[in-house]
Amino acid sequence: MPTPLIVSEVAKSFTMHLRGGLKLPVVANVSFSVASGECVVLGGPSGIGKSSILKMLYGNYAVDSGQILITHADKTIDIASADPRVVLDVRRSALGYVSQFLRTVPRVSALDVVAEPLVARGVAAEEARERAADLLARLNLPRDLWQLPPATFSGGEQQRVNIARGFITDHAILLLDEPTASLDAANRKVVVSMIEAKKAAGVALLGIFHDEEVREAVADRILDVTAFSPRKAAA
Amino acid sequence: MSMPATELAAYNFAYLDEQTKRMIRRAILKAIAIPGYQVPFASREMPMPYGWGTGGVQVTAAILGPQDVLKVIDQGADDTTNAVSIRAFFQKVANVAVTTHTGEATVIQTRHRIPEDTLREGQVLVYQVPIPEPLRFLEPRETETRKMHALEEYGLMHVKLYEDIARHGRIATTYAYPVKVAGRYVMDPSPTPKFDNPKMHRSEALQLFGAGREKRIYAVPPFTDVVSLDFEDHPFEVQSFDKPCALCGARHVYLDEVVLDDRGGRMFVCSDTDYCETRRADGHVGEMLGQSQEAAE
Amino acid sequence: MSANPLLKVSDLSKFYGSRIGCSAVSFDLWPGEVLAVVGESGSGKTTLLNCLSTRLMPSTGCVQYHMRDGEYRDLYRMSEAERRFLMRTDWGFVHQNPADGLRMTVSAGANVGERLMAVGDRHYGRIRQTATEWLERVEISQDRIDDQPRAFSGGMRQRLQIARNLVTSPRLVFMDEPTGGLDVSVQARLLDLVRGLVNDLGLSAIVVTHDLAVARLLSHRMMVMKDGHVIEQGLTDRVLDDPREPYTQLLVSSILQV
Repeated sequence: MPTPLIVSEVAKSFTMHLRGGLKLPVVANVSFSVASGECVVLGGPSGIGKSSILKMLYGNYAVDSGQILITHADKTIDIASADPRVVLDVRRSALGYVSQFLRTVPRVSALDVVAEPLVARGVAAEEARERAADLLARLNLPRDLWQLPPATFSGGEQQRVNIARGFITDHAILLLDEPTASLDAANRKVVVSMIEAKKAAGVALLGIFHDEEVREAVADRILDVTAFSPRKAAA
Repeated sequence: MSMPATELAAYNFAYLDEQTKRMIRRAILKAIAIPGYQVPFASREMPMPYGWGTGGVQVTAAILGPQDVLKVIDQGADDTTNAVSIRAFFQKVANVAVTTHTGEATVIQTRHRIPEDTLREGQVLVYQVPIPEPLRFLEPRETETRKMHALEEYGLMHVKLYEDIARHGRIATTYAYPVKVAGRYVMDPSPTPKFDNPKMHRSEALQLFGAGREKRIYAVPPFTDVVSLDFEDHPFEVQSFDKPCALCGARHVYLDEVVLDDRGGRMFVCSDTDYCETRRADGHVGEMLGQSQEAAE
Repeated sequence: MSANPLLKVSDLSKFYGSRIGCSAVSFDLWPGEVLAVVGESGSGKTTLLNCLSTRLMPSTGCVQYHMRDGEYRDLYRMSEAERRFLMRTDWGFVHQNPADGLRMTVSAGANVGERLMAVGDRHYGRIRQTATEWLERVEISQDRIDDQPRAFSGGMRQRLQIARNLVTSPRLVFMDEPTGGLDVSVQARLLDLVRGLVNDLGLSAIVVTHDLAVARLLSHRMMVMKDGHVIEQGLTDRVLDDPREPYTQLLVSSILQV
């Protein structure tokens, strides 16, 4: 199996200049890889840096050192040092991310929010909307919400829009930050089956799941982030 | 310059001093060399108010010689105040021959018309111009309009015509209708009716334009292309009149409306008085003249 | 991904006497990329924008533009005629105050049509048709086509200004605080409209703003300026979510949360 995601000796800290240059180490010496068709779950207590790792992988957080290697279409790109436009291209074509919260855009309907990643890849708007509709139906989002902007939706509804948006593409790597946090049991099951389908399709998944049931269902292995804690390393 | 010194001791020939004439002639030569381009010149105070043709008078004074025959018209008429005063002025300060017949004149100073008789080689038509800049009402900055002329950026001119069509359904500009000269400069033909625009095109006569207050001279040399701006689907066309001239029966000429009474009576007569009189002398009779003759009998 | 940047800026500086306008700015702008330049008043962002758009001559440095014929040309070595032609065909400039970018006394239709007439379109019907389509695209009702912008609200004027700029399908648009003087609700509508147009048309844009929300919504990439220097740049969400420089952290932490 190919390994589209390799993380090597990554370290990250925040320097809080507004608090006298206080330096907050987040993680150090993060090294792991995720193979195609595998779902790796980040484990460990809250505040240990799980979300930060996903954000670094997505290019959302800068790293202090180390490499984040993403292989796509026979090219390997180091997200940690790539140009912004390269990162954007990787996000468009290979790297998906379902965040905890949906960042809404005024006046764009839920359907178009979901369809957008496909449109950005050149899929015709009509076809993209059809596939978005399929996903939203599968996630049981009431049909009369589809044409509305998600800003006023409930947390669970927004999260389902967010999941649909993340799952609509056939990206080789998918990062999931607690996608099931505000979902009911039925919808959690739907998400679990969607993750299973992604695995079967050979997608490399890396996620954070606090819900034990979901974690048990999807995880091929659990990576304990405590091992990367700089505090532990220092001790 | 020879002149009857005894009578005109106080004035140089044609009022302006020779240095001023030389300066104006230089501007005129430059204007002829660059058809349609507005040449700045040091406009002088003239013994008449701005707006009365000070630009035209200075041009005329600079080109007038003792052998010239001068005709002056105002809206086509030889007998209105402005025309009579300017004609008298040059009779007095230059002692040149004057005429009202278009064919006899060598220099014709005009305000707002081009004579109906086709001008011929050797004649000079001098226009009085109030505002020489065709882009002025759309772009108030002189620095910018100069640049637009220099770089041939004339899109704005069509904006004005667009506005006309949008508002009136057709190009409603009827006078001072912008033209492009020799395929290069866009020019304001002074407030002549657009009826006269085709007469400028490839005219045998030299056409000079003087704007006294704005201190600009421009020119259209003989046999130069003068094309009125338009749209493909709204081509340039001149006004047409329903009736012929009420006095001389002429068709296809520019007519003035004359109100006859306070009961709505009116007639349309040639704006070019010389043209009308000549036709009547040749025996042409219009509708109104026929009636009055009958009434007299 | 395109292999050639649209704009190559190297070492651009503008000094006002001994004062720094902007200093040693270098970056590439790629086709389809939206770059936000943020910073407070006096940080040099508008000076930079004016230099890039050739409205101001820089003191040093050069800007290469990838022309439609595939050649790179140094903007400051072009003749004024070429520059002005570029500005009214291949470029757009959206001013903060719409009155600076519109002809307030000619109709909306003519405002949109002017660029078409400037490049030689001489068919009234076609010009009007195009203007109608563009007004619709920027959500101005067709029956306002013969009204002057003087009769428009601030938001409508700004949308009209955008239509006027985009009618010749420019490849690069400069925007100076495009939502500056607008109400919040009007701002949201305008931002969404601009965002949609930029995506649909594949425009490159350089947006100067002090509003980080505008930068977040519109831009792919961000440059933070302070005292004439670019102090931090990168992917927009990276700069906003993980600001590195003290000043950027201050800016980000100063956003009012609703």
